[in-house]
Amino acid sequence: MTWRPRLADGTAPVLVVLVVLLVALAFAGPAYAEPAGYLALLKRAAPLMILAIGQYFVVVSGGYDLSVGSLVTAEVVIAARLVDGDDANTSWVIALLLGFGVLVGLVNGLITTKLLVPSFIVTLGVLLVLDGAVFLWTGGAPRGALSPSFRTFGRGGIDVPVLGQVPWSVLILLVVLVAAALFMRGGTGRTLLAVGDNDTAVRLAGGRVDRLRLIAFVLSGLLAALAAILLAGFAGVSAQVGNGLEFRAITAVVLGGVLLGGGRGSVVAAAAGALSLEALFSLLNLLGVSGALESAVQGLIIIAAVAYAARGTGLRRVLQPREPEPVTS
Amino acid sequence: MSVVRERTLRNASATRPRKFALTPTVTVYVALAVLLVVGSVLVALDGGVLLDQGGILNILTRSTVLGLVAVGQTIVIITGSLDLSVAYLVGLSSLVAAETMAGSGTMIVPGVLLALAVAAVVGLVNGLVITVLRANAFIATLGVALVLRGYLEHNYTGPAGSVPRSFQHLGYDRIGPIPVAALLMLLIAAGAWWYLRRTRGGYHMYAVGGDVDVARLSGVRTGRTIVTAHVLCSVAAGLAGVFLAARLGSGAPYVGTDAGYDLESIAAVVLGGAALAGGRGGVVGTVGGVLILATLDTVFDDLAVDPFFKDVVRGIVLIVAVALYARRQLSRRST
Repeated sequence: MTWRPRLADGTAPVLVVLVVLLVALAFAGPAYAEPAGYLALLKRAAPLMILAIGQYFVVVSGGYDLSVGSLVTAEVVIAARLVDGDDANTSWVIALLLGFGVLVGLVNGLITTKLLVPSFIVTLGVLLVLDGAVFLWTGGAPRGALSPSFRTFGRGGIDVPVLGQVPWSVLILLVVLVAAALFMRGGTGRTLLAVGDNDTAVRLAGGRVDRLRLIAFVLSGLLAALAAILLAGFAGVSAQVGNGLEFRAITAVVLGGVLLGGGRGSVVAAAAGALSLEALFSLLNLLGVSGALESAVQGLIIIAAVAYAARGTGLRRVLQPREPEPVTS
Repeated sequence: MSVVRERTLRNASATRPRKFALTPTVTVYVALAVLLVVGSVLVALDGGVLLDQGGILNILTRSTVLGLVAVGQTIVIITGSLDLSVAYLVGLSSLVAAETMAGSGTMIVPGVLLALAVAAVVGLVNGLVITVLRANAFIATLGVALVLRGYLEHNYTGPAGSVPRSFQHLGYDRIGPIPVAALLMLLIAAGAWWYLRRTRGGYHMYAVGGDVDVARLSGVRTGRTIVTAHVLCSVAAGLAGVFLAARLGSGAPYVGTDAGYDLESIAAVVLGGAALAGGRGGVVGTVGGVLILATLDTVFDDLAVDPFFKDVVRGIVLIVAVALYARRQLSRRST
């Protein structure tokens, strides 16, 4: 046992949970006997995983982004209205949607860093504004329709020799995940992690704390836009599409062993947390647990996950008390 | 010399919310007064009257439920915690109260007590998960909220139970233009103020919210304080549920979540000048924040503004208010 995989602390438990869930799926449902079943699971999970990756950047730098759920709804509703069923509109609308995500991220980040408002409040305010504004604009119900080419990203796939059809969303997810992992290994990513741990130290060491936080929010907004595009293709247009996604994304991130308050956790683990959550829902579905109890199970699991993570860090937290967060131990 | 002294004085008053000056609490009530004047003018231009009997009744009725929930939320936020489970708890306690009463007048007291007991147990669970299992308050209460939601979705599809007519008086009786329930809400707010500002337990909450470790080293039983705060918060949410049962005539599972009382109550508390990190804020400010939100709603209703526009304004008001408070404490950076 001289070689050990390089895992950020807190990563191992979620990977174990994920493997257990995936194996359990194979026993529970015949669909999971071959790769296609797992690819379908990945396709279903892709939007949440991308959201969780975006949320990770904000959480690890010591903030929250509560606006992603309503941002997803807003993006989907805007897409339907602007595309209006015409394939010719697809490309510029996608560009516009990604731009809108960046814009919302910029607003979140600038208010948080320049006006010194806690990110919880900023993103809560932006959530209310987006919710209201979208429905004000559409008059209560989403209008228009998506074009087939727009929906390809969420629904379609390309044929690959061994695996059969690989969904576009899985490929997009992989690109995002690899890019995010490389980003967190680079200098900017490492400093971002340090900001969440101790922003004063980073500032004294010459790091540009405000700019890093801004980057985190912009990335979260951009990835929420991307998730919205996939989700719109996958699930279609509805005004409820983003409901509760912000809490689900935060749950996924926490399940991945990322510490709320920042400074600890890996982006791959956050994505694994999202996949575990989705795998868990599929498993509960296969086992015939009613949809209503799903949320109860989700609640118990996140409490258990956080309690487990806190046990390991109890001593560390006593030694290095974390000041700005409402962490209570 | 005198300049130096003046500056230290000003600093002292800025960190202590109970001095004169423009503390958040004062700002809230100034803003409320301005809002009432501007609202009255706007409504008058539109050909109506904002502050007639119906208007006052409207503002106070809207404030009652949110006020109860927000007063409880104030206590946990001061302790440095947070409660996201209140919205489902409001629905749950309204159901418990209405189903226990089941239309019979003799069951009113058991119904109310049982609802409050259930609420207290939920608060106890919140508090214990946070202190014993050491879960972050955000996640702990979110988890409990999801469990409650699962229970509600599994067992209820719509309103259930019924309250006797005599109990509905709580929801509709009023003295002049002031609803009895609003008076009860203010009474409970006054009780919470007294507890937070005049008792040892209350001071401990500020101490724990200010800095857990310093509080512990000073001999405060931090765990017990946090659990107490959560129990009080949940009981307040339970009272809100009981009041809603009286008002609606039956228990409604989603009455709390439809109104978004979880995030809304946090918004009201923060609008009232409390710091989310804990240790700063108060019930008086929170009541001001609740009244501002209720007045905004009433003004918009009188002007027949698109309901979705309300959310937009609400979000902007929240961010602007907190940005203004943050100006005052540039030295302390948080989140």
